[in-house]
Parts: sequence; structure tokens; C-alpha cells
Amino acid sequence: MLDPVTSVRLRALMAVAAVSTLLLTSCAANEMYQPDTSSDLSGEINGSGASSQGSASDVWIAAFQTAHPAVTINYSPDGSGAGRKAFASGGVAYAGSDSALSTSELSSNFAACSPGTKAIDLPVYISPIAVIFNIEGVSALNLDAATLARIFKGELTRWDDPAIAALNPGEALPAAPITAVHRSDDSGTTTNFTDYLAQVAPEVWDAPANDSFPYLTGEAAQGTSGVVEAVTNGRNTIGYADASRAGGLGVAALKVGDTFVRYTATAAARVVAESPVESGRAANDLAIALDRTTTNPSHYPLVLVSYLIVCQQYADPATGALVKAYALFVASTQGQALAATSAGAAPLSPDLSARVSAVIETIR
Amino acid sequence: MSMPATGSHAAARSRPADRVFAASALIAGVVILTALAAVAVFLIAQSIPALIADPATLPTPSTSFWEYVAPLAFGTVWAAALALIMALPVSIGIALFISHYAPRRVSQTLGYVIDLLAAVPSVVFGLWGIKVLAPFVQPFYAWLVDNLGWIPLFAAPVSGTGRTILTVAIVLAVMILPIITAVCREVFLQTPVLHEEAALALGATRWEMIRVAVLPAGMPGIISASMLGLGRALGETMVVAMVLSPALVISFVLTGSANPPTIAGNIALNFPEAHGIGVNALIATGLILFVITLLVNSAARVLINRRKAFSGAN
Repeated sequence: MLDPVTSVRLRALMAVAAVSTLLLTSCAANEMYQPDTSSDLSGEINGSGASSQGSASDVWIAAFQTAHPAVTINYSPDGSGAGRKAFASGGVAYAGSDSALSTSELSSNFAACSPGTKAIDLPVYISPIAVIFNIEGVSALNLDAATLARIFKGELTRWDDPAIAALNPGEALPAAPITAVHRSDDSGTTTNFTDYLAQVAPEVWDAPANDSFPYLTGEAAQGTSGVVEAVTNGRNTIGYADASRAGGLGVAALKVGDTFVRYTATAAARVVAESPVESGRAANDLAIALDRTTTNPSHYPLVLVSYLIVCQQYADPATGALVKAYALFVASTQGQALAATSAGAAPLSPDLSARVSAVIETIR
Repeated sequence: MSMPATGSHAAARSRPADRVFAASALIAGVVILTALAAVAVFLIAQSIPALIADPATLPTPSTSFWEYVAPLAFGTVWAAALALIMALPVSIGIALFISHYAPRRVSQTLGYVIDLLAAVPSVVFGLWGIKVLAPFVQPFYAWLVDNLGWIPLFAAPVSGTGRTILTVAIVLAVMILPIITAVCREVFLQTPVLHEEAALALGATRWEMIRVAVLPAGMPGIISASMLGLGRALGETMVVAMVLSPALVISFVLTGSANPPTIAGNIALNFPEAHGIGVNALIATGLILFVITLLVNSAARVLINRRKAFSGAN
């Protein structure tokens, strides 16, 4: 393994390379983020939160600091809960989180914000979640939400079960037990996976969406890499992980409407773009109520949306200016493209990107 | 020291060096007690909110905090006990080989190799556990479940990845082997030579000599060594977090997918995303681990004190 310093340097190098490639190749200058070279942005801000955004954050920060050499941004991927807590107590200027602020969190005070003002959620990172499998002699697998739920709930225990065979005509499923691997640590990936099952197959999946896996069945592994490792090394295994980490494993197609859909970045971005903003929130709060029950086969409903949580108005205007400039960069076409190439994220659709940017412009 | 050999404590003149040394020894003793007390106070203070909170708000909704912590406490003790059962006989064997059987040069080399094992960081053992050991033992587990499934320890279904509590215990056993071996080796070398020679003079074979002279004399040392090893196994975090496939259950099954988690491993897994009362609940489980370790060590003390009188070591 690389030591942290080397790996940060490597990532920074890679980011610089990616940026220069973009600058050289992409001439859609009207959509490009234009750093104000005459700007006198300087200072340091700290962020903390979701590890899902970690690798995207590294390249965003590297590219942003290249454009603004006097600015230092630190992001520590401590987890969504830790990030929201640190933000509420004023320890960091912004948080990254796999879930939007809850209403009870919104009702409390945020130390970094001007007294009386609230924090807002900005969707900036979309990652499709892949259902990965490693089954002897099987290269393609079709599943619907109810079957997937029954597998992870432990109700289906063998791959040659008629319920699975009916979805995969012509595929030689082995007469072997199913090992379903879930996360052993609390995770936003689990939240979104269980939310999908609870929304689409509520008759099977009777537990609400949760950071931790709700049932005592199946196998558990630590972190995304742990799940990928367990699925790869195990026999007749199935699991879920960030799509960018699926590697050479088989990826199941999920039934949407009457079609089986494999994940693509566009399909994942589309379901986010066409889902409504959660009601009952401040006008500038863009928490998204993901509509995973969509029947439109151009959508891939098993996605994770990660937010930047920032103040509408900062107690310290200098911090506000820095956060605003950084958030604008993150939501820009260029920032989204960086996240797509380096972290396998799905770029925000142009509409949503414009909407997020319009909100960021109001940050003070 | 140039102090005269005769003369009582009262008569000895106290010199500056003496006073400095006595004072620094006292400070060292106080520091360790203070550190321990500080940890205990922190654990207790931070645990109280979780102990009095509504159990439904715990990370895993339960009817009481004790229901939440029971599988964790069980898993901790179970994994450490399995590791000790595997490591102790091997360690005593290695230690006896080094102290009484091997030629001098071999025993020295072997000693270095064993000590080297102690220097391997636990995260490396963890990686070895998931990448090498778990896939390697999975077919054996499958065979055990197919053929010996009637024994409750190997009840079906088998884990498809081999990441079970038995795998964790094997890795833990390898990790605690060096410390137990090192202590046992030193203890066996301290066996009174007169006892050994007496046994040999009475016509004992080498094995009989070890049985009647070396092992009884070394028993308190063996117990101390086991406790050191057990302490490491009880508190080991990284390996358990990486290798084990946990579920909040109390189960003796060695080869299944649902294994009781350990306290330390559970804290490592869930602390990063914990918030609110969840943090207190995790710290409260840490307090339970503290108490378990204390109980185990006290039991060992009692055992050692009882054995001392009969060991012939004094």
C-alpha cells in the first residue's frame, strides 16, 4: 500500500493531469468553470464527512487548489454522521453526507452559520450501486427487487431456486447455496440499498432504510473493499458495492418496469434529475426524495446521492466566500467530470447542475 | 551499589541517588495508576447516557442495553478462548523445544523467528486472513459441515467465504503465539537445575523429567503467559473487523456466516458512522470489555497464587 503522503501526491498529480487534459480537449468553454485568476481568494477551510465522496473530494480539492494557490482545503472522510456532527458544532466549514440533514438536525443551531440562519443540502455526488456476484458458470444475472430482497433476507437459499431461474431462462444456475454479503459497518451504501428494497419490494423487505443491515442473515464484510473481497474470494456469492468498485465481477441487471437494466452513469443521473426535491424544506434545500419505484427503463434506481452540507449564510464572510467558490467548482461541469473519471461517479445532469449552482450563488 | 552488605534498612544512610530513584519509581507507579483511573472515569462517564437511554434508540434496537451487549461480550470471550486453546499447546511445545531439546544454534534462530512474528502489525495479519486463510479453509469448512454437521459446532449452512469465527481464532492464535512462547521459554529456562538433575538421577526419561520438574515449576509462568496472550486476543481489533462476518447473535457455530462479533471489532466497525446515543453505546461496550479483562486477569492472579505453593518453584 502507498503511504498517505505519496498517495495524496499521486492523486494530486493525477488530478493535474486530468485537468490539463480537460483544458486541452474540451472546448465547450461556455460550460467550463472559469477560475477568476484575478481573485484574491485565500485562506483555509476544513470539511469532514462521507467516505463515499473521499476520492472525488481529493481530485476536487487538488484541482481547486491548483486554480487558487492561496487556498487550502482539507477534507477528512470520517463518515457521514461524524461530518454532520462536526459541522453542527462548528468544527468544520462544510460536511459531506450520504443523507440529507434530518428535520431534527435542521431544528438545532449550526455554530458556523450566522445566528438564525440554517444549513442547506446540495446534491453533488451521484454514484450508482452495483449488485455484484460471483457464481460458478454464470456471467449474466437478471433480478427484480422482490427476488433480490428475498435473497438478502435469507428466504432464497439456493441459486437454482425456481424464483431466480424464472428470471434467468437459459442460464445454468448451479445447485449451490447462496452467500449474500452485506456491509458489517454502518454505511450510506447500505442505506440506499435497503431504501431501494423497502421502496420497491415492501411486501418482502419490511425493514426501513438504515445505515446498518437490518437482518441477521447472510455474510457481513467491512467496507466496500471488504465486500468486494468477500464476493471475489467466496463461492457463489452476491453483494452490493459502489459501481466503480465492481471491477471484473459479474454485475446483475435490475428489473425496472418490464426491462432488465444494467447500471450506467447516465441512467443513474437521470433517476436523480427526475426525482422531486423533498417537500417541507427551505426553498434552497435541495434534499432529493429519490423515486426508486420508477418504471422508466432509462432509469437505474439503485443509486447513492451524496450531499455537500453548507450554511446559507456564514458567520465569517471569508469562509462563506471560500465555501461558495469551492462548491461552485464541485457542481460545475468540470468538477463533475473530474469525479466521473477519478471516482466513477455519475455526473449531475445539466439541469440539476444549473439548479445547484443557482443555489450556491446565494451563499453568503 | 557500594553499600555495605550488612546493616539493616533503618541504619542505611539515605543518599541523594537513593531518594531520586525512590521518587522516580513512585512517580512511575502513580502515573500508570492515574492513566488507568482516567480511562476508567472516561469510560464510565461516557457510558452512563447509553445505560439510562431508551433501549429502542440504541444502534441495534433492543429491549435493553444488556441484550445489545450480550452477543458482543460472548463473541469476545469465545474468539479469545478458541485462540488460546489453539495457541497454548503449540507455544508450550515450541518453548520446550527451544529450552530443552534443540541444539543451541537452532534454538537461538528459532527464538528470533518467533520474536519476529510478534513484530508483524495486526493489519497485515488481517489482510492475510481475508486474502489467504479464509479462501484456503473454506473447502475444509464445507467438508466439516457436510460430514460432521450433526455436531452443533459445525451446524449447516456453511459460510461461502470462510470468514468465520474459527478463521478469526486461527489468526488470533498465530498472533498470540510469540508472546506466550517467549514467556514460557524464559520460565522453562529458570527451572531449578537441581530438580531436573534429581529427576534424571532417579531414572526419568527426558519427557518424564519435563513432566515432573519443568512443567510444575513453570506452571505460574505458563498461566501468566496465557493471560498476556488472552489479553491481546480479547482486545484485538483490526483482525476481527477485517476478517469476521459478524451478526448480533449468540452462537457456538464455528463455520457459519452469522458469527458473534467482538466488542473491539464492533467498535472499530461502527464508530466512524456513529452519532448521538450510538457513540455512548459503543463506549459502554468498551467499559464491558474493560470489566471482562479485569475479571480474567484477577482470576489468573488467584490461580497463580494458589499454584505457587505446590510448584516447588519457591
